[in-house]
Amino acid sequence: MRIVLERRDDRPRWLSFASPLAAVVLTMIAGAILFALMGRNPVAALKVFFIDPLSDGWALQELAVKATPLILISVGLTLCYRSNNWNIGAEGQLVMGAIFGSWLALATHGTPNGPWVIAAMLALGALGGMLWALIPALLKTRFGVNEILASLMLVYVAELTLDYLVRGRWRDPKGFNFPQSVNFEPEATMPLLAESGRLHVGFLIAIAVALTAAFVMARMIKGFEIRLVGEAPRAARFAGFDDRRTTLLVFAVSGALAGLAGIIEVSGPIGQLQPSISPGYGFTAIIVAFLGRLNPIGALVAALFLALTFIGGENAQIAMRIPLDVTRVFQGLLLFFVLGCDAFLLYRLRILATGRTA
Amino acid sequence: MPPLLEARGIVKRYGALVANDHVDLTVAPAEIHALLGENGAGKSTLVKILYGLVQPGEGAIAFEGRPVALASPAQARRLGIGMVFQHFSLFEALTVAENVALSLPAETPMATIEAEVARLSAAYGLPLEPRREVWRLSVGERQRIEIVRALLQNPKLLILDEPTSVLTPQEADRLFETLERLKAEGRSVLYISHKLDEVRRLCDRATILRAGRVVAACDPRVETAASLARMMVGADVGEVRTAAHEPGAVRLAVSGLSLAAADTHGTALRDVALDVRAGEIVGIAGIAGNGQDELFAALSGERGSAAGSVVIDGSAVGAENITARRKRGAAFVPEERLGHAAAPRFTLSENTLLSGHATNGLVRGGFVDRNAVSGWLQRVIKAFDVRMSGPDPEARALSGGNLQKFVVGREILREPSLLVVAQPTWGVDAAAAATIRQALIDLAARGAAVLVISQDLDELFEISDRVAVIAGGRLSEAVPARSLTRGEVGLLMGGIHGEAAA
Amino acid sequence: MGLFEAILLTVVTAATPLLIAALGELVVERSGVLNLGVEGMMIVGAATGFAVAILTGSALLGVLAAVAAGMAMAALFAGLTLGLAANQVATGLALTILGLGLSGLIGRDFIGARRDPMAKIVVPYLSDIPVIGKLVFAQDPIVYASVALLAGVWWFLFRSRAGLVLRAVGESHASAHALGYSVLKIRFLAVLFGGGCAGLAGAYLSLAYTPFWSPGMTAGRGWIALAIVVFASWLPLRVAIGAYLFGGVTVLQLHAQAQGLGIPSQLMSALPYLATILVLVLISAGRRGSQAPASLGTPFVPDR
Repeated sequence: MRIVLERRDDRPRWLSFASPLAAVVLTMIAGAILFALMGRNPVAALKVFFIDPLSDGWALQELAVKATPLILISVGLTLCYRSNNWNIGAEGQLVMGAIFGSWLALATHGTPNGPWVIAAMLALGALGGMLWALIPALLKTRFGVNEILASLMLVYVAELTLDYLVRGRWRDPKGFNFPQSVNFEPEATMPLLAESGRLHVGFLIAIAVALTAAFVMARMIKGFEIRLVGEAPRAARFAGFDDRRTTLLVFAVSGALAGLAGIIEVSGPIGQLQPSISPGYGFTAIIVAFLGRLNPIGALVAALFLALTFIGGENAQIAMRIPLDVTRVFQGLLLFFVLGCDAFLLYRLRILATGRTA
Repeated sequence: MPPLLEARGIVKRYGALVANDHVDLTVAPAEIHALLGENGAGKSTLVKILYGLVQPGEGAIAFEGRPVALASPAQARRLGIGMVFQHFSLFEALTVAENVALSLPAETPMATIEAEVARLSAAYGLPLEPRREVWRLSVGERQRIEIVRALLQNPKLLILDEPTSVLTPQEADRLFETLERLKAEGRSVLYISHKLDEVRRLCDRATILRAGRVVAACDPRVETAASLARMMVGADVGEVRTAAHEPGAVRLAVSGLSLAAADTHGTALRDVALDVRAGEIVGIAGIAGNGQDELFAALSGERGSAAGSVVIDGSAVGAENITARRKRGAAFVPEERLGHAAAPRFTLSENTLLSGHATNGLVRGGFVDRNAVSGWLQRVIKAFDVRMSGPDPEARALSGGNLQKFVVGREILREPSLLVVAQPTWGVDAAAAATIRQALIDLAARGAAVLVISQDLDELFEISDRVAVIAGGRLSEAVPARSLTRGEVGLLMGGIHGEAAA
Repeated sequence: MGLFEAILLTVVTAATPLLIAALGELVVERSGVLNLGVEGMMIVGAATGFAVAILTGSALLGVLAAVAAGMAMAALFAGLTLGLAANQVATGLALTILGLGLSGLIGRDFIGARRDPMAKIVVPYLSDIPVIGKLVFAQDPIVYASVALLAGVWWFLFRSRAGLVLRAVGESHASAHALGYSVLKIRFLAVLFGGGCAGLAGAYLSLAYTPFWSPGMTAGRGWIALAIVVFASWLPLRVAIGAYLFGGVTVLQLHAQAQGLGIPSQLMSALPYLATILVLVLISAGRRGSQAPASLGTPFVPDR
């Protein structure tokens, strides 16, 4: 007996929904096995990971807070990946956005200012991320440099830049030599949405971004251009679209969104600059983008799920002494299963009897 | 004498499509046997089965009287079956000898292979340099590698899939001499073709396939081209109507057009000049890879050139992009249907938007007007009888002929003043080809200038008013089609200019 | 031992993991597969190798375990990209994310443990030759293995028939299939080889380069190895040049930091990454057309 792949002519709609769901279920099964191997009760562990974070209002707020950067970044990445531009340096763009935006927070620190400060910080954050993302984009369009490697290398450079700043000239002089900046003024922090909890305006921005992107991709000629450039580059040239301009555009947009996520993080939940401002949102967003089937609305839903693994991972560490690395393993496995299940959208498995050749 | 190869009741299904439906084929020793049929008749599937590349669903094969199971090409080669593919299975970055080595047992030392290549190429008149990399070679030379590679196995049966589709008439003549020599040595040749003249000239017997079934087995030398065509197509093919007309003003003027090759495998254009007038069809003949891709890119604006080198309706457009040229009333149909003219995994309505977004009123203020797109698509489907499953399928789900009618119709419905079309009927069924050719003629009759780039000489002679030949990136002068013979065109295709062009 | 000699010695140790991982990836890419998961396979190799060496007390067993772990990761990648024709770029990223997490789990109980670095093989007398003596005749076994690997990969690719077949598969999988070669089997073996090399490179980091395990210790070396393959235009000898060049940059920045030249240490630490980008620009800008294997990164589904 042999198993072979056969190209599908049709693409049933239900499969587009079933495949990410199947990936999630498979990840949970793999997780249960992993917990059992580690000598923990798999059912209890899965409950801590995936159910408890949904149990009360405060936890749901946390979920939205964690999902905010993931939504913003992954929506930008869907545009990139759809157009066959492999930006995997969102983590660095996030850091650069945080640096650019924080500059204003620190420059206006201690002097009375209006609410324009946080608005200008968000704009600067987007600008920082955009400029950082345009480096690999320009290197790709001008010199043909592989954007995967260039964007990734710039993650390390951005993180070292942040490290340099918070240990050096941006360090809080009254901070007992801890490598961190002053706490931002109230005008330089994200307005909260509720009296208690940490949910802030950034979440609404993220949802608006996802909806806008979904509309552009489905209904506007620009979205058509982005999809066509990725799907059939020669046909895109025939259509009159310049793939280099598309590359610059999607890198600029995704960099701006990652930068926005960065400044929202430091001006929101964190409230100051630190050497490490992200638990790897820029990389997790890659998984989000694929779990969401490279669709902005899908990314919105997938971001909520991945946010769950972050919170669940923290809870599991506290409640069951399960190491945080398990979250990463989960995320890696999830991406594997997503990619595996996606294969069934393009191909169907056929089981052939052998031994009957002529 | 028992037959060399005997296939009985071969069935091969791909999903719902039956590519081979109880096919029988018998090849005698020392004969040149033609496998004749239209594109899509199932010829390629059958030979893939005979070469062990594809496994049949049903049927039995006997070679030299013994039943065999052809599980792999290696096994077919061991039995004495050699194959020369239509699309060469060569490795561009490897040398001639390395390419040959890949089809030999791993023990054979490289030095022996180089010596054998030299010996065979001398013996059969197939000159080759063993140490040259394939990407430096011409199409004819590449075919020689394939033949030498097959001959090294000392085959009893050599299968050739559409070998002359890439050759000039002169190169084809040389190939026929080689095949005759093989036959004289007692080897058999299975010759796949849809070119009737060739088959009548060369082959001892013919098996004719239509829609996956054998419809006839005959001696092609006693048949006429018309009778073979009837068996192949199943009905008399309608003649294309041509209308007498006077050419009008020059709509497309090309002069001093030079353009670098698109990549290492392309051919640079050198000082190309050409006029196409309103109401006429100009054909450009030539072997693939002689600059046709570059010419199409330069005319369409996919690649820019010097401003004055391309003039459309009096405006110098060489530096303009394809969208700007479309806005001037020009339309284009590239050679590759899937991946160039249409995006395979996009729906037909999205593919309608692909070339019409700037000119057909389908986009307003950046927003796609879905009703306008679907209205336009319906018009194309109706006017060109595009058959498809479902209301708006993906482009890749259409058959070659229907997709080609779509991509040609999409442009013609715009009523362009200039249409540049490459390989308008490549690989489509006879009925669709006739529809498309008629549409091109009608468009010209309505006053458009039409430029057809094609490798199919029959097609060019059928529809063109004037014909020019491209070879090595140079374009000959376009002369009235009626004043040209095939031999003259063939010489030009081989790059021989001068007396023939006069 | 002079400073110059000491620097040369550290260049060799800094370059060795890059050389091994890049040679492995070179073979993978020559077969037409792009495995971006080198970083993930490398760090799992580093963690596994260290854990097994501590548990068994044997460096050799550690190295073997690291190679096996790298191959197991590679098999996962192969199952997805070859078996299910999944996107190679995304699968490679998944491998890296998974590898970083797994290595954390594997190495968790070994943080803080120390063991002596692998013993060096010292050739008597010859190692006393000034300057090159220690460099050539007193290295640990993996350094020697890396040189043997370089020669072996070169011979395999350009002198053996199996190597010719592998290059042919990477050049045109359709043609290779038409000639009857099993494209997926050949690619599977190549991917496994690449995984083994990445695991070995990881073992070098945790067993020879440093005497301990620390999370994230590969620090982007897997990615730099990928860049070296591009830099080398898919040629083994140039991979060696690239690896030693990058080893040199790494060592230079360490020495410069130690000297305290007043340059921010973060800038010095960023040098290898900046150098990678610079080299990619120079290589890509100076090249006409691509020298990459023609079917690199494209999935193959046999037509049956």
